[in-house]
Amino acid sequence: MGEKLLMKGNEAIAEAAIRSGCKLFFGYPITPQTELAEYMAKQMPKRGGLSLQAESEIAAINMVLGAASTGARVITSSSSPGISLKCEGISYIIGSDLPCVIVNVQRGGPGLGGIQPAQSDYNQATKALGHGDGHAIVLAPNSVQEIATLVGEAFDLADIYRMPCMILADGALGQMMEPVDFEAKPAREIPEKDWACCGHGGKRVHNIVNSLYIEPEELERIVLERFERYKKLEENEVKYEEYLTEDADIVIVAYGITARIAKTAVRNARKKGIKAGLFRPITLYPYPKKQLNALADKAKCFLSVEMNMGQMVNDIKIAIDCKKPVYHYGRTGGMIPSPEDILAKIEEISGGNA
Amino acid sequence: MSAILLAGFGGQGILFAGKQLVLAGMKIGKEISWLPSYGPEMRGGTCNCSVNIDDEPIGSPLVTAPDILIAMNKPSLLKFEGKVVSGGTIVLDSSLIDVETSRKDVNACYIPATQMANDAGFPKLANVIVLGYLIKKTGLFDADYFMECIKSSAPKAKPELGEMNAKALQMGYDYAE
Amino acid sequence: MIVFEKPHALTDKPFHYCPGCTHGIIHRLVAEVIDELGLEEKTVGIAPVGCSVFAYNYFNCDMIEAPHGRAPAVATGVKRANPDLNVFTYQGDGDLAAIGTAETVHVGARGENITIIFVNNAIYGMTGGQMAPTTLLGQVSTTSPYGRIKEIQGNPIRVCEMVSTLDGVAYAERVSVDCVPNVRKAKAAIKKGFEMQQQKKGLSIIEVLSTCPTNWGLSPEKSLEWLRENMMAHYPLGVYKDITKEETK
Repeated sequence: MGEKLLMKGNEAIAEAAIRSGCKLFFGYPITPQTELAEYMAKQMPKRGGLSLQAESEIAAINMVLGAASTGARVITSSSSPGISLKCEGISYIIGSDLPCVIVNVQRGGPGLGGIQPAQSDYNQATKALGHGDGHAIVLAPNSVQEIATLVGEAFDLADIYRMPCMILADGALGQMMEPVDFEAKPAREIPEKDWACCGHGGKRVHNIVNSLYIEPEELERIVLERFERYKKLEENEVKYEEYLTEDADIVIVAYGITARIAKTAVRNARKKGIKAGLFRPITLYPYPKKQLNALADKAKCFLSVEMNMGQMVNDIKIAIDCKKPVYHYGRTGGMIPSPEDILAKIEEISGGNA
Repeated sequence: MSAILLAGFGGQGILFAGKQLVLAGMKIGKEISWLPSYGPEMRGGTCNCSVNIDDEPIGSPLVTAPDILIAMNKPSLLKFEGKVVSGGTIVLDSSLIDVETSRKDVNACYIPATQMANDAGFPKLANVIVLGYLIKKTGLFDADYFMECIKSSAPKAKPELGEMNAKALQMGYDYAE
Repeated sequence: MIVFEKPHALTDKPFHYCPGCTHGIIHRLVAEVIDELGLEEKTVGIAPVGCSVFAYNYFNCDMIEAPHGRAPAVATGVKRANPDLNVFTYQGDGDLAAIGTAETVHVGARGENITIIFVNNAIYGMTGGQMAPTTLLGQVSTTSPYGRIKEIQGNPIRVCEMVSTLDGVAYAERVSVDCVPNVRKAKAAIKKGFEMQQQKKGLSIIEVLSTCPTNWGLSPEKSLEWLRENMMAHYPLGVYKDITKEETK
């Protein structure tokens, strides 16, 4: 165990990134992720790195593309409207098979929306971070401590699978302070980046980092190869947490900060004799389909709790082959559900006497 | 287990006070969380922060049913007093709030903290005076231990701040006697 | 005996450019400069979106393809990650002066130590002859079929003049490849740009007036005449900024 520090989620993301060997941060100010950029601005110069404020989110993500092309570990962060701007670049990064970490500290939308916490970019993050047939890995930590481990894991996964990895957080997680221990996480084996554009040095043929394949046959082959990697990800890298699901009649499915609140609701439901449990996907892409499906044989129903209008419901239905009903409880626009609200929904579903 | 809601105007040191509570909790191995309201409040509007100090891992970081409410202005009292659990504690700054709490089922504590801070010549430390009063009234932390925490909270470059905070905290302790 | 050879910094891949297009000349000039300065091993080039997107296949150095207009931001990322590299972008007028204007301006404001090769032929080539930010007033394109009209489509942008107001720009010169003497001058300018990057002076940008016989609807020869008569009038050749000259003054 290392020393426990009291830190905001945003700061912990930055610190964990630096400790993961990331020397480059490119960003653009937006609430509620600002502490991350400020932490980078303060720390990077002292620790042999660079923090650069770009002229836009678009420029920032393309600086990430450039830096990632040289094989360097690089991170950018933003919040919902800024992520929309980055989507073009993310699509190119996916198409160019470049590893990097992208942080979305979500806020309410659509449009300029608000600045309070939300999870309303779930579909964007898991289904379409830009145009084209492609994905990014999406990790959803639920505490400042988990941020510390998952940011390092994000860099490793990105390098191993050669694709961007998104940390999907929200304004509450970014702003809250909790104790965090940056104990070194077990190192994973990272493949050599022999594809990097860092000058061929006369030792090899020139490397090309590109996403353009003008022949459809070639582009299809490239996309299919990428989907083989997504398949491997799903086989090997799915992460989730289960809490009291063993005998649960109602399985709540929630991720990130909402899972914390749902956990309190589950405890309170148990006190009332309702057999509730919590399933928390940590990887939102790849989604823990198999693991959720296994619960569908025992549970009577599922309840998706999110800070949005039900974006994850279909993923649950698909995961459980529609074997059981899937309900939804959500708040949106920056509202955070309370444990009492969730408990009321649990009671409503269970008819008050499970 | 304590779920604490601190509320007042931006600039009253609400977030700082909350941070002192979680730091003290963390140092003795408690599970803690600190969640601020954020946004335009920073510019002088209302400001609040949710603090959890517990033996069990913290579920929701958002305090919706506080055991303890610290209200540093009237809008905060009116907004949050109804949410305090029955048998809970409400500490309010009676120099800024000209009414009493309407709750009869709570432990209501009144302290003219802002007046005391102004009189003592450190008008920005009403928050710390309130903390002292809270600690003595509720026994949330050992008083001597919390005094040490407050003293060490000042940046190394400004040790005089630690001394001032200690004086303010002592004023809160004394007022509770 | 003088043997005419392909520069080492060019691959053996045949260019896909239209007959009479000047991209081939400009590619060659960049490659010759890289050879002469011995920079190939530590050079990373950024290809744009547009006709010259396949530049990544033609240069023998490491190459990255950027999203449309974003080459200067990509180059920034490369250079900041590895300041010892020699980094250049190769961009057309739509890429650099329309969709990528912000990236162009800010790379200049920051004084990124990179070299931009800006090929201005006053039209979008790859998409088939649409109006560019540098299309001249009165010039016909498929999206200005009645000629570019100031009141409707606005005025063409003079990039070298604009960026030379930025403090981080070390060197800005407009050249042309319409004739042998100008080709020589163009090569000297490109060489100077790379040299200034090696000396860490800041941003160097070389704007090269170029032709598009296919979309201009002219023969290669007539295109060169059109360039001389029309483009040079609006886009005068010359050095717009050179901080090494200012330093010695």
